[in-house]
Amino acid sequence: MKFIDEYRNSDRARGILEKIEDTVTKPWTIMEICGGQTHSIIRNGIDQLLPDEVRLIHGPGCPVCVTPLEILDRALSIVSKPGVILASFGDMLRVPGSRETLLAARSRGADVRVVFSPLEALKIARENPHHEVFFLAVGFETTAPGNAMAVKQAARENLQNFSELVSQFMVPPAMRTILSSENNLVQGFLAAGHVCTVTGYEEYERIGEEFHVPIVPTGFEPVDILSGILRVIQMLESGVCGVHNEYGRVVSREGNPVARKVVDEVFHVTDGLWRGIGVIPRSGLLLRKEFSSFDAEKKFNVVGIQSDESPLCKSGEVLRGMITPESCEAFGKECTPSMPLGAPMVSAEGACAAYYKYHWKAL
Amino acid sequence: MSFELQCPVPRFNHETIQMAHGAGGVLSRELTRNVFLPCFGNSALDLLDDQAKLSIGAERFAFTTDTFVISPIFFPGGTIGDLAVNGTVNDLAVGGAMPLYLSAGFVLEEGFPLVDLQKVVRSMADAACKAGVQIVTGDTKVVERGQCDGIFINTSGLGVIKNGIDISCINLKPGDSIIVSGTLGDHGMAVMAAREGLSFQSEIISDTMSLCELISEILDEVPEVHAMRDPTRGGLAATLNELAEASGKGIVLEESAFPVRPDVQGACELLGIDPLNVANEGKVVVAVPRQSAGKVLRIMQQQTYPSAGNAAIIGEVVDDHPGMVIIRTLLGSRRILEMPLGEQLPRIC
Repeated sequence: MKFIDEYRNSDRARGILEKIEDTVTKPWTIMEICGGQTHSIIRNGIDQLLPDEVRLIHGPGCPVCVTPLEILDRALSIVSKPGVILASFGDMLRVPGSRETLLAARSRGADVRVVFSPLEALKIARENPHHEVFFLAVGFETTAPGNAMAVKQAARENLQNFSELVSQFMVPPAMRTILSSENNLVQGFLAAGHVCTVTGYEEYERIGEEFHVPIVPTGFEPVDILSGILRVIQMLESGVCGVHNEYGRVVSREGNPVARKVVDEVFHVTDGLWRGIGVIPRSGLLLRKEFSSFDAEKKFNVVGIQSDESPLCKSGEVLRGMITPESCEAFGKECTPSMPLGAPMVSAEGACAAYYKYHWKAL
Repeated sequence: MSFELQCPVPRFNHETIQMAHGAGGVLSRELTRNVFLPCFGNSALDLLDDQAKLSIGAERFAFTTDTFVISPIFFPGGTIGDLAVNGTVNDLAVGGAMPLYLSAGFVLEEGFPLVDLQKVVRSMADAACKAGVQIVTGDTKVVERGQCDGIFINTSGLGVIKNGIDISCINLKPGDSIIVSGTLGDHGMAVMAAREGLSFQSEIISDTMSLCELISEILDEVPEVHAMRDPTRGGLAATLNELAEASGKGIVLEESAFPVRPDVQGACELLGIDPLNVANEGKVVVAVPRQSAGKVLRIMQQQTYPSAGNAAIIGEVVDDHPGMVIIRTLLGSRRILEMPLGEQLPRIC
């Protein structure tokens, strides 16, 4: 398949691995931001093939993992009301809320539907004018344009039975938080390729200069990830900071201006509460005042619902790169994909799930 | 009067039935282990093969049943009727049996169009004819509108097992080659693409077909086959994990050897689904001593079904890591092929 096969080519990958071995002279710690990259690394066993000097730690870029528990509890509360339909990406359905998952709620009769795009949720709202339809609008800069577009479209059509329960995050503030932390181990980043497709990487250039770290936007296939790692190591070894784009086939410096514009029209920046990490200043998005009639939290009056995490779950430390999943005491015992304590054990992009699913050494 | 439960009641993770309990993965297995086996357990059932093998006098029979609730009932490459016949026929065939007779039970929803029923029944008759079986008994029930989704079909099947054939998932031996009879994931992806709401353009068609002819040819020439399964719900991942677990052996697969159509791979990439977890309805996985693997592969590749040419040896049985399936990746590292947890998308077969 074009744009896939050449980036899974084992000869190319081995060639890059050899270059990494030739380049590295001392230990380096690199964080891959995005959960999609984490899964690819573990699925392809890239961590097993890298020289001992290169340590990868897994970043917080899993949209499902960082969605706060109270968002799930609020969604569960709203969908238990009569005449309400929840449309969600499939991944959210298995994430445990305080008492149950959306899948369990569905089995008790709640109307929970899996969609592949917020525009499908709009369609459900149009087709069910006597129901309230709300979409679980979670994710990073990648999902924000679609979620913004859906609200804008609903406003244009005056679709009053549509709303979004918003939990949107932005990556750069989280990188700043990680780099500013006293215990920070991260010396270079693989930036999330698809996030950069939307945002571009000017903000990353500022972070690179300010904290003197190399940042390399890259993709998700083995050759992409290995090229990204090689570039970060070359920059680290030669003391160069800033951004080098290794995902040129989709990422440009300015990103996608149309997508950025619609996000800016519909959302405003606010402090974001990240599950497992806490509040990161100016890292979240909320609907602007003129779109507040599409805000499910306000419409269904669920802002008061607050939640507490399981004390056993160490997902915050996993998400900040402080520990690897298998060093959590609950890993594979109290916490498995069928009985998860925290979101990283559930999501297709969660580090704990990646280790549980694929990792030869973890079991 | 005191009431005593006769069966041990184990602890459950879920208090109600979830969609994943029917998806052929971990939760399906839990349901079988925790609810059905404690009450029904017997020597034929406990093997958890796709069919029960029974002796009456000197004759050995295979007996199996399956229920079909697929949505949509018509999809590229087949209908719920084709599936209902081929699914049961194949469950007999992979036990080394020659399928003979089927039953057919219908649950119909009030208001279901008669013309659709006729279409489904005709497709069942055609599929039965192709597989060389007769539908010899049946039953029909009608439920009120809203109590089922159009039409549900149950079929049971009976077949005879020839002398000298001993096929069971417990027979896996180290050194056996693992062979698949063609491309993986075609059925599941054809159905997902046809489902309401999944609006990508696709020419993927279901692989639903009877495996009788292929399997009988294999067994005529290579009676030493150890195990066979048709990788339906849960796909190749579920099937191989079941084989590994039942036999207590390990399985090592080569990622480079998996036959997957580019359009199926593309659809899977788009949906974030592993083609190894996707259902097939006309493929067989064979475990056979290494020295006979070439012969089995040749027989598969000489057939005329669409992906016969893609039949491939994908791995082998080992003594290491008992009960586990490991993939050697394209890069030469290793990863676990896990039993799918449950639902990919609801009701794929």
